[in-house]
Amino acid sequence: MATTIASTDVNLRELAQGAVKRALELGASAAEAVASEGSEFSTVVRLGEVETLKESGSRAMGVRVFVGAHTANTSTSDLSHEGVEQLVRGAIELARITSEDPVAGLPAPEQLGQLAGELGLYYDDVYSLPAEDRIDRARRAEKAALAVDPRLTNSEGGTFDASIGRKVLANSLGFVGEYRSSYSSISAVPIASDEHGNMQRDYWYSVARTISKLESPEEVGRIAAERTLRRLGARKIKTQRVPIVFDRQAAGALLDHIFDAVNGDAIYRHASFLAGRLGQKVFGSNLTVIDDGTIPGGFGTRPFDGEGVPTRRTTVIEGGELKSYLMNTYTARKLGLATTGNASRGLAGTPGIGNGNFFLQPGEKSPEEIIRGIKQGLLVTEFLGFGVNLVTGDFSRGASGQWIENGEIAYPVEEITVAGNLREMFSNLAEIGSDLIWRGSIACPTLRIEGMTVAGE
Amino acid sequence: MNTSIDKHFFFAKYGISEHDLEKYLAAALSAGGDYADLYFEYLSSTSLSLDESMVKSASQGISAGCGVRVVTGERTGYAYTDDLAPEKILRAARTAALIASGPAKTPVVSLKEHLRPSLYPVADAAADAELSEKVKLVFRADKAARAYDPRVKEVRASYADELRRILIIGSDGTYAEDVQPLSRMSVFVIARDGQVSAKGSSGGGGRHKFEIFLTEKTPEHFATEAARQAILQLNAVACPAGEMEVVLGPGWPGVLLHEAIGHGLEADFNRKKTSAFSGLLGKRVASEKCTVVDNGTLNERRGSLNVDDEGNATNNTMLIEKGILKGYMADKLSAQLMGLPNTGNGRRESYEHIPMPRMTNTYMLAGDDAPEDIIRSVKRGLYAVNFGGGQVDITNGKFVFAASEAYLIEDGKITAPVKDATLIGNGPDVLTRVSMVGSDLQLDEGIGTCGKDGQSVPVGVGIPTLKIDRMTVGGTGSAE
Repeated sequence: MATTIASTDVNLRELAQGAVKRALELGASAAEAVASEGSEFSTVVRLGEVETLKESGSRAMGVRVFVGAHTANTSTSDLSHEGVEQLVRGAIELARITSEDPVAGLPAPEQLGQLAGELGLYYDDVYSLPAEDRIDRARRAEKAALAVDPRLTNSEGGTFDASIGRKVLANSLGFVGEYRSSYSSISAVPIASDEHGNMQRDYWYSVARTISKLESPEEVGRIAAERTLRRLGARKIKTQRVPIVFDRQAAGALLDHIFDAVNGDAIYRHASFLAGRLGQKVFGSNLTVIDDGTIPGGFGTRPFDGEGVPTRRTTVIEGGELKSYLMNTYTARKLGLATTGNASRGLAGTPGIGNGNFFLQPGEKSPEEIIRGIKQGLLVTEFLGFGVNLVTGDFSRGASGQWIENGEIAYPVEEITVAGNLREMFSNLAEIGSDLIWRGSIACPTLRIEGMTVAGE
Repeated sequence: MNTSIDKHFFFAKYGISEHDLEKYLAAALSAGGDYADLYFEYLSSTSLSLDESMVKSASQGISAGCGVRVVTGERTGYAYTDDLAPEKILRAARTAALIASGPAKTPVVSLKEHLRPSLYPVADAAADAELSEKVKLVFRADKAARAYDPRVKEVRASYADELRRILIIGSDGTYAEDVQPLSRMSVFVIARDGQVSAKGSSGGGGRHKFEIFLTEKTPEHFATEAARQAILQLNAVACPAGEMEVVLGPGWPGVLLHEAIGHGLEADFNRKKTSAFSGLLGKRVASEKCTVVDNGTLNERRGSLNVDDEGNATNNTMLIEKGILKGYMADKLSAQLMGLPNTGNGRRESYEHIPMPRMTNTYMLAGDDAPEDIIRSVKRGLYAVNFGGGQVDITNGKFVFAASEAYLIEDGKITAPVKDATLIGNGPDVLTRVSMVGSDLQLDEGIGTCGKDGQSVPVGVGIPTLKIDRMTVGGTGSAE
């Protein structure tokens, strides 16, 4: 049993603050350090036998220094005194070769801060679960999946993963903050074969910050089995234009593209079809999209962003009107706006932009009602490939799903592509489902979209 | 051997002795198990990026650690530490040992060196070129892209290099050390003409000396290519949707081979019988014009390795010969369990990851057809010469990828450029429809990164010009 992070012999907070102080001593005009540590456990049980057990802990630190208007970053997993000294000196030396960029810098002091109160991001039970219990959950998920139907003849396994981490951010404006987080997940990936030996695979999972909120392994296995079985006997369909229903998983992938399109970085570079559209009614009146980094227990919740700015709730699109981009300090300054507290920060490199809990405001109808309203159409449940051009909004991805005939699921469909333009697609939301369920930091209810091209035979 | 400059890096830097290694492996096998290994890694990396004609930032990083693996039957225990202190490695070894349950075994540790190939030059990164020289590259790329056409409005250029040192010690006497350089440049361009925007990108590199960016793979070469694509796309028409003849241009479109065929021939999927190619050894899986290899032994290529991440020499492995499936790509575990040759395809992203069968440089050998004849033979189809990403579902064989540069072929002639075409097909099926294979094999420029189970590794791909008789093309244009 590896020890958990509580036993670490290095104090991350002191380490990060020490690196910032050292950077200023060595001539930096401003500096920021991020240190993190984490432990992870994962297990895969395949066909009833433990296939892999993995358990580990890690720690590392990154610094960003400003020397006048020059910026550089370094990162290391060597947290010895010499390692940290080399880290800081390296960053300052590196800053000598970068260009002057007057826009670069830390947030303004008054922008710094963090949410108060318990955000429900960390639970001890994730990591205190005994190893045998973790293996047992993975085993049960797979077993439950394979028990559903004799056509489920093989498996890529059942899994149980758990991880905990701690992150500290400190900067030379006096900000220091830290938070812990925990995750656990269960999944099952069964494989079904039809009478011709054609195989299909699908999966299901549950993820939660505490074991007590995980779906049972049996539930995960059962849904995985159903999702796999419904793919058997999939056909191609003719090339045509039909109404398309995107289930929650597929709709979430579409909404992810909207996040990319409102990302301040893509906006200031004019690399998004939404650049220059702030305040305009770009989409249909029924579209409202919100980013909220403050929802207790949310997968996109943090007390402060990657630059020490408190997270918040931002209305991104309201009634079809583009209300706000999502920005960090740099991109906000480029656009003459204020940061929305969406800086994301790994250990290496400059801060990027990340979402909080990003979602599309749900509508009234259940997914079943939406499907019932379609005479002939397609239910897309999965995308394959990456055919999205953010500059133009053009969208063309491989897909699989189910054919809808007279409001009923008729047969599975595969080896097709669906194509359209993101702006038009989100302007043509004929129906928005009521089924907003958080399974990650981006959530979208079932959507029905008109006017897209399905390519098949 | 070139690698001699860094020989025994870990022994010197961390004071590791043969006795220590024996102790770690003994701890790993303390509860039994068939095999255990230690993977030490020390990775130093540098990257620079230019944006709005400024080098806005530069990054350097160091990542070091040790992964301990214990294999017993089909079971694998794994633990890693990023602290190379002896007690931390021992703890990782004891954690990995929990996978097995039996009497302790005694490892055979040998530091006997095998003669290894030396496929790439290894210079100390700092000695190879000054940072200021690397900075010049991205400025040159910016200048060249903007000079190409006034409609080029945004240019991003980046340069990155890394030096990876690895040491692998196995309980079966495996001992390998390698020093693996890797560098690349990439250029991304957005062109605008009125309300119309389009993008283009290019890049390349490999395991070579810095000098190559000053001679063959110059910033101007990549910048001009990225700008050309973006300008071309300004006038692209909507891609027609439906089934049609498809001609793939030489080089990077080999990513189709990688996705459609390559992953399905990785031994782990076949051992578990989860691949659409399971049980097809010796069977016809492609037209007789198709011969496909995975070759990790090419000099200085991005996907090449002197030794894989399990310490085995890489190979030139025949996968498909004249249409017949000849072999899978295997790592130690798969080779052992399936009774197949170990082809030296055991790779991992880093010490944090368990090795698995992965591709190196995967390509189709040249055929006899003149590329012009291939185009001429098409009445109505698509000519795809550049691709973005691709993806495959190993189990049902379905694959998809997006063409970033493609043209219509009408009556044997290349006509209008089309935008955002997507190709979709079935792995075991697509190569059976190859009716012409060009004489113009090209490997890609050295930009490919392959992801599998959350692990990324650098790879190479390549094909000659290929004609596929029927494939589904996705697009927004009207079908005929």
